Order: sequence, then structure tokens, then C-alpha cells
Amino acid sequence: MSDIATQTDAKLMEGPAFVRAGTVAALPPPVRYAGALGWLRANLLSSPLNIALTVICVLLVLWLLPPLVKFLIVDAVWDGAGRADCLARPDHPEMGACWAFVFERINFFIYGFYPIDERWRVNVFFALLAVAVVWMAWLEAPRRDIGVIYFFIVMPIASIVLLLGFPSMGLSRVPTSSWGGVLVTVVVAAVGIVASLPIGIVLALGRRSRMPAVRLLSVLFIEFVRGVPLITVLFMASVMLPLFVPETWSPDKLLRALVGVALFSAAYMAEVVRAGLQAIPKGQFEGAMAVGLSYWQSMRLVILPQALTITIPNIVNTTIGLFKDTTLVFVVGIFDFLMTIESARVDPNWATPVTSTTGYVFAAMFYLVFCYGMSRYARTIERRLAVGERR
Amino acid sequence: MAAVDVPRPKPPLIYNPRVRGIAYQVVLCALVLFLAWSAIHNAVENLARAKIASGFGFWSNTAGFDISQSLINYSNISTYGRAFWVGLLNTLLVAALGIVFATILGFIIGISRLSTNWLVARMAGFYVETIRNIPLLLQLLFWYNAVLKALPAVRDSLAIPGGGFLNNRGLFLPQPIAQPGAQWPLIALAFGIVAAVAFRVWAKRRHESTGEWAPVFWTTLGLVVLVPFAVLALSGFPIAFSYPQSGRFNIQGGIEVLPEFMALLFGLVIYTAAFIAEVVRAGILSVSKGQTEAAYSLGLRPSATLRLVVVPQAMRVIIPPLTSQYLNLTKNSSLAVAIGYPDLVQIFAGTVLNQTGQAVEVIAITMAVYLTISLVTSALMNLYNLRIALVER
Repeated sequence: MSDIATQTDAKLMEGPAFVRAGTVAALPPPVRYAGALGWLRANLLSSPLNIALTVICVLLVLWLLPPLVKFLIVDAVWDGAGRADCLARPDHPEMGACWAFVFERINFFIYGFYPIDERWRVNVFFALLAVAVVWMAWLEAPRRDIGVIYFFIVMPIASIVLLLGFPSMGLSRVPTSSWGGVLVTVVVAAVGIVASLPIGIVLALGRRSRMPAVRLLSVLFIEFVRGVPLITVLFMASVMLPLFVPETWSPDKLLRALVGVALFSAAYMAEVVRAGLQAIPKGQFEGAMAVGLSYWQSMRLVILPQALTITIPNIVNTTIGLFKDTTLVFVVGIFDFLMTIESARVDPNWATPVTSTTGYVFAAMFYLVFCYGMSRYARTIERRLAVGERR
Repeated sequence: MAAVDVPRPKPPLIYNPRVRGIAYQVVLCALVLFLAWSAIHNAVENLARAKIASGFGFWSNTAGFDISQSLINYSNISTYGRAFWVGLLNTLLVAALGIVFATILGFIIGISRLSTNWLVARMAGFYVETIRNIPLLLQLLFWYNAVLKALPAVRDSLAIPGGGFLNNRGLFLPQPIAQPGAQWPLIALAFGIVAAVAFRVWAKRRHESTGEWAPVFWTTLGLVVLVPFAVLALSGFPIAFSYPQSGRFNIQGGIEVLPEFMALLFGLVIYTAAFIAEVVRAGILSVSKGQTEAAYSLGLRPSATLRLVVVPQAMRVIIPPLTSQYLNLTKNSSLAVAIGYPDLVQIFAGTVLNQTGQAVEVIAITMAVYLTISLVTSALMNLYNLRIALVER
């Protein structure tokens, strides 16, 4: 102990090793992280790796974006009467998208082969559906209880009468074989969601039931449907359904596909609803029982309103999947929106090297707008629901 | 006041929940059985009227059609059963390759979306939002009809460095042909893999008992890559290549990759990668920041933090939804029917169904195959999940 003390003292006796005489030069100011330059530095150029990544990304954008703009806008043909306008000519050597083709065929893409004089009925159907969707999606809308009845009962019946026709009311019959385009896509998606939500809720409740036979049947159905591709379900609906019913019924082709799509999405909806039910604390079930509500009363008044509200984002996501899956009805020979484009693009009147790409880009924009819109809506709801959890 | 014991009347049996439950279930089962019975009854009657045979006798009949891609020997005199196996193998081939590539691309994009680099994160986000919201079928048709079918004809094939060709008939690559002596590098490779696994086990055991690290990565690399390559060089490269020869109308020799296969693989990989990216992002975000901070404060370097702290915890969240994405990819491969890739649905539920007319049997077999694949994949992934899941109390 004293050893160390004496050593230190001895060192101190030698005097300080270094004493600064002048003032130290001021350090340079810290790197700016505010303003445009600061933002660039923080977000794009913070390290050698980031600089390299930024350069690669910029090159990628420069490589992809100009040809895309050139194809879609600069070199595009906006009006024309036939394929000759969309073929490369000496004065227009590089041909872009042939929008004239889309404009000329737009009615076919929307209505398919629906008779021209009757197309107002399709427009009314779109309006009815739009009202239903807004009523359901806008959570502050007035009288949403009536909206539910409208969505699940009034609108479907009115639509069937309107679209199929009702001769005694002066609406001539339009067979489903002449439906097509956006109409069929929307009908398949709408029927899918309108039918699958109730069936899905029943299946979800069945899967959580205390009765073993009910639970077993629900689990079997849900897991079976979720384990096979939609295409095989549609094949089954299309070739096996007619075998399973008496010969005199011979269900309509579109109806068969609708049954397939509804059953398929019901299984997925059931799992979504089940997740919502699982998130409801047990106290809610017990509380409902304690005030003397029956099973169905407690479900209708206490559990489902809460469970369905927190599942809205997932229901919308399932709807997005369903909307994209409507394209698969082509396997049973139904002309949905994508199939009208598939058939129009090889039409000899319009077949050019750019027609296919134009058609696909148009279809992609259609699906992108609807699906992206729905996913934004789901995210908004999600954020709203999370308000209570925010800290 | 003396309590008077009034015998309470027994409630009617109809209000007994147990009795009610049993009654409901009996009614439900009766209903289901009746529906099943009437469906079978109608089917038997309808089939008899249409004079369609039933049973699985068609399995060993001659198929009589050609298939453009098969991994096993197949010709038009083979049986329907053989055609089934060709279709199944083609489905499994595209699904397996798709899963591998989609996982790689998905992880890259998912991690990019969390990058601190604004441009990288934005581009990854744009990719995910665009691809996810366009139907897979549309993407497949685009790749097939607008991209691959629009490639130059055979005469003007694009040459690929290394002796390959790309044209609207597909991709043609040099085919390696084993010469005598080629078994030695393969044996060396098998040996290398076994040795590498053994080394890993040993290194882990030693690390747990003594805390010393062994250079696992470099040893594995050496054993699996260097040793087989050295044997390959020593045995004098016993591999020849059959190069595709460009003709006027067709290309001979080499490996032919069908445009249908390429379009399906592109479509599946690009589409599924967008979903996997979201799964990965959610998984990484689920690891709380405190974990990273704690690792830094213990003195772990960023790479070690990622490898030892973040990834193992993120994997727990990632594995279950990743499994369902793999299953989705496998099921989505059935869209091959739209572009004519000879997968199970196209061959079996398409051509065989049309030729035999035995809808019930064919659809049942097809569905059973997909169900089996789903159940086996889920079982394997659950096993893996069980190993890495958090063990609480």
C-alpha cells in the first residue's frame, strides 16, 4: 500500500509531463443533419455501403423508368380505329402502348356480351353495390343496422332480379352465358363476400363449439378446403356438382362457379373470424352468460360485434385475395374481366406486337386500383382500432 | 322459521343443455349423412345414365397423349398412372425451385424494406405494394404471352455467354454429361457434406462445454466445395458438355427449359416473394429494440447481434406464416393450367379427365395429392417450429 503511494509521489515530484501553452483550435461544427442536404446525408449517404446501394438504386430507376414512361405515354397511341394505327410506321418507328385498343373495347371489358340495350341494368347494379359497400365501409354511416339487411338481403335479391331479368316486370331475361367482363368479376367477388361472411361466421362458431360432432365437421370442412387449390375446387364445382344433384336441376355454369368460390372463401373467412373470436377475453362470454343471455343472444349482442370489429382489417384482406382469385373462374369457361382482355388481345382487328402488353397493363391497373384502395382502407381501420391501445 | 323442503319439480328434459346438445348433433349428423347419401345416389344414377365407368381401372390404361416435359421416362404409350406421376413430379419441381428462390428474394426485399437507406426502403415498398395487388394469373399471362413469347424466333436466338440460347421456344443450356470416373467427385461431395455436419455438431458441443469457437463457416466451405473440386481436378474433369446447336427451325441438344416453366417459375417467385417480404418485415419488427440495445451493451458487434439475438427471435414469428406462404406457392402452381405447363392439374385434372370422363375419381385424386402435400409440409414445419419455439415455464 505505502509502496504504491511512494511511487506515485515520486512521479509527481518529477513535475508535469506536458502543459499546453496556447488555446486549442476550435473543432469543426458537427455534420448538419437538418435541411435537404442533411436529409440526404442521413438517409442516402450515411455509410459507404449506403452510398453504393443508393447508386445501384438510382441506376435501376434510371434503367427502368424512362422506357416505361416512353412506352406508356410518349410513344403511346391514344386514338385509332384498328391495328394499322398501332403498328410501327416510318414516322412512328417505336410503338408504345396501344390505348386506342382499350378505348374501343372498353364496353366489352365492362359488360362482356350483355345486350347493349340492357346495359343500364348493369350500371344500376354497380350503383346498388356501391351504396352497399359505402354503407358498410363507412363506420359512422347512419343506420348501419339497416345497411346490414340491405347488404345481405335486399341488394342480392334486387341484383338477381335486375341482372338475370324478370319478364313479368318488363325486364327481359339475360342468360348468364352472355355476362362478362368487369360485371362477372364484380358479381363473383360480391357473391363470394356476401355468402362467405355468414357461412364463415357459422363455421368459426362451429369450430369453437363444445359439441364434438359440430366441431369435427367444421374442422374437416375448413382444413379440407384450405388444403386444396381454388382451381381444383372450381373444377369440382363445375364437373362434380352436376353429378351430385338430380339431373333436372342442371345448375347454371356461373352458379356452379359461384358455389365453388363461396365455399372456398367461407373456409378462409372462418379462420379470420375465429382469430377475432379468440381475441375476445373470456370475461365477455362469462359476463353475457351471467346476465342470462342465451348462446345466440350473447353471440349477437356481445361477442360478434366486438370480434367482427377487430377483424375488419383481416376481412378486407381476405376480400382482396378473393377479388384477385376471381380471375381463376376462367378454368370453368367463364368470361371475367381478365378473360375478356385475353380474348380481345388476339382479335385480328387489333393484334399487334404491343396489344398484349397494353391489355395486361390496363388489367393490372384495374386490379391495382381496387386492391390498393382496399388495403389502404384496411390500414386506416387498423390504425383507428389501435387508438385505444396507443400509449 | 322451519325450512319447508318443497320438492322442486324437475325441469323438462328439453331444457337440459346436455340433452339439447346431443339432439342438435344428432340432427346435424343426420342432415350431413342425408346430403351425402343423396349426392352419392344422384351421382350413381347420373353416371349410369351417361354410361361413364367408375372405379380406378383407367389407371393402367394407355394414355395416348404426349407431355412436353417429364422428369421420368414417358411416351404416349405409357399409362394414365405414369402420366399422373409425370404431372406430380413437374408440380413438385416448380414448387421446390419456387420456394427456394422466393425465400431468397423475399428475405432480401423484406430486409431492404427496413433499410435506413430511404431509396432502398421505398423501392422495396413499391415492389411489395405493386406485386401483391395484381392477380397472379395476370402476372403469369404477362410473363408468358408478353415477355417470353415475344422473344426472337429460333433463327435470331439470343446467345447466352457459356454456350446457351434464349428464344421464344425456351431457354437452351449446355448439358453436363458424366464421363467414366465422374462418380469420385460425387462421392467426395457426399463425404464433404457428412463431414461438415459432423464438424458442426462437434464444434457446437465444444462451444457449449468450453466456450471456444471453431471456424465452422470456413471448414464447411472447404469440405463441401473445395474437397469435391480438388477431387474433380485430380480425376481430370470427367465431365463433358453437350452444347445446344442452333438450327434454322429448332435447337438440338443441351437442356431445354420450356418457356411455360420459366413463366410459371418467374410468376410464382416474384408474387410469393412480395408476401414473404412482408412476413420477414413483420418478424424483424416484432423483436423489441431493447434486445438489440442489450446486445450492443454486452459488446456484441452488429453482425453478431443480428445473427445471435435478432434473427433467432424473429424466426419464431416468421416460421408459421412462412409455412403458409410455401403452401400457397405450391397450391398456386396449379395456375400452370393457364399457360400450359404440364403440372398435375393440367395433365391429370385436364387431359386425363377429358379423355376418361371419370370426374369424381380424377378430382378426388388431385385434391388428395394437394391435401397430402399441405399436411406433410405443415407437419415438417411444425416440427421445426417446435424446436425453435419459446419454451415458457
